[in-house]
Amino acid sequence: MGILKWSRSKSPWLIHFNTGGCNGCDIELLAALTPKYDVERFGIVLEGSPRHADVMAVTGPVTRQVRKRLRRIYDQMPEPKFVVAIGSCALTGAPFGDCYNVLGGTEKQIPVDVYVPGCPPRPEAIIDGIAKLLGKMESSDDDDGE
Amino acid sequence: MTPRKDTVGRKTTSIPVGPQHPALKEPESFTFEIDGETIVDVIPRLGYVHRGIEKAMESRTYIQNLYLAERICGICSHSHTTCYAQGVEELLDVKIPDRANFIRVIIAELERIHSHMLWLGVAAHEIGFDTLFMHSWLDRELVMDLLELISGNRVNYAMNTIGGVRRNISDDGGQKVKDSLADVEERMKHYVEVIKTDQSIRQRTKNIGPLNCTPAADLCAAGPTLRASGIARDVRKDDPYAAYGEIPFDVISYDGCDLFSRTLVRCEEILEAIKITDYAIDNLPEGAIRVRAARKVPEGRVVSRLEAPRGELIHYCKSNGTDTPERYKVRAPTLANVLALGNMLIGGNVADIPIVLAGIDPCFSCMDRMAFVDTKSDKRWTWTQEDLQRYALKC
Repeated sequence: MGILKWSRSKSPWLIHFNTGGCNGCDIELLAALTPKYDVERFGIVLEGSPRHADVMAVTGPVTRQVRKRLRRIYDQMPEPKFVVAIGSCALTGAPFGDCYNVLGGTEKQIPVDVYVPGCPPRPEAIIDGIAKLLGKMESSDDDDGE
Repeated sequence: MTPRKDTVGRKTTSIPVGPQHPALKEPESFTFEIDGETIVDVIPRLGYVHRGIEKAMESRTYIQNLYLAERICGICSHSHTTCYAQGVEELLDVKIPDRANFIRVIIAELERIHSHMLWLGVAAHEIGFDTLFMHSWLDRELVMDLLELISGNRVNYAMNTIGGVRRNISDDGGQKVKDSLADVEERMKHYVEVIKTDQSIRQRTKNIGPLNCTPAADLCAAGPTLRASGIARDVRKDDPYAAYGEIPFDVISYDGCDLFSRTLVRCEEILEAIKITDYAIDNLPEGAIRVRAARKVPEGRVVSRLEAPRGELIHYCKSNGTDTPERYKVRAPTLANVLALGNMLIGGNVADIPIVLAGIDPCFSCMDRMAFVDTKSDKRWTWTQEDLQRYALKC
């Protein structure tokens, strides 16, 4: 494993973007970062800027207003980038699927690597999703020049 | 940053904040016009979380809408379902059992405690006091465990139904709630002490984000934001609903009109909420927890209101005799408070933007019922929270 890949999978930086959700998943994601669940023990840190982030955690259904921003933030992230869709809304749009201002799940806009279902998923489920992503990062065959 | 001139001809600079901005946690965008260090204008641009729930409610039955109303907001989910159920029960002319009313109060107060502790953590984070953030979120987990114990869920409790509540609270469960809340109370008293004495908290919150009594009333601010401006207005006291008429409690208000007061109001409200919960558990009436209600709702209109953690929440329902509402409207407390943001921010420092924004405890997923259109949507670069915080620490 190259050093870049090693460092990425040992300390992935997370950017959180709510694309129109109800806050339920957001507070559970934050709860996963705080002492009781503490994903920081996997080296995961919440980052403010997409340019510093490896993983985008998306919550909520994609609304019409936010669609362009989601794409723009995704484009601003450096390669290789990963996306975790958290909650039923981010997966399919769930109860808001047929609302006039909702375009459905995240996968219709950007490629998604890990899906965490639930309304909202428990912090344990979010941690499980992120741990699966770490496995995916380690086994991905992109060679970073080592 | 683009230099431009404001209405009186001064050269100002625009800083857009959001929609992706962790200080906000939700996608919402504000454009700040600044002159040097001072904010001269703020233009909110709302609507990123507008999903069209009101329209969706018109095509679902009253029972289905209960679960949709719950998902208006994940933090005050119980407030929205209670407000919805209260309204529909009034249209149906159903009187719910006393025990159901008390259980609604217990869940509502637990929700208030967890919401205010969440706010305390976020606010502490915004002023760079991450230790308090982590501590308050750790203690908040005690309350989340209690909500899970009672309802089986951590966030969307699904406790309400039309005609009462869906789950009972056992004597054993009630005792566990009381024991756990005693721990929370002890911790909260410690935090109040810390907030009152810690110099760095005082310096970052005293006289910051001022909102005097008159503009607060004029701009229809609600909830803790209003009560921190010296106006003791609380729907639980002024127009008691559920079981609040039978429970003794005080309305907390401070007249500092600044962030410091807003912090204290919320912290002391947690202590008050613990008292209310204890009282409600001790005096929980015996009996049924729900009554059967008809599926079809007779023609009528109703306005239902209650005190959500963030302020007064208003639901309006117009029924037409079928099993779906004809029109539904939600006025969430953040929409009432967002107008006051202009007053708090203008004249303040750029470095105080994150904490003043967080100070009203904004919940945009609640608020974005209506879409505002920004006519000046020319794109500029965005400050990240990192940048703002670095800037804040430098000043």
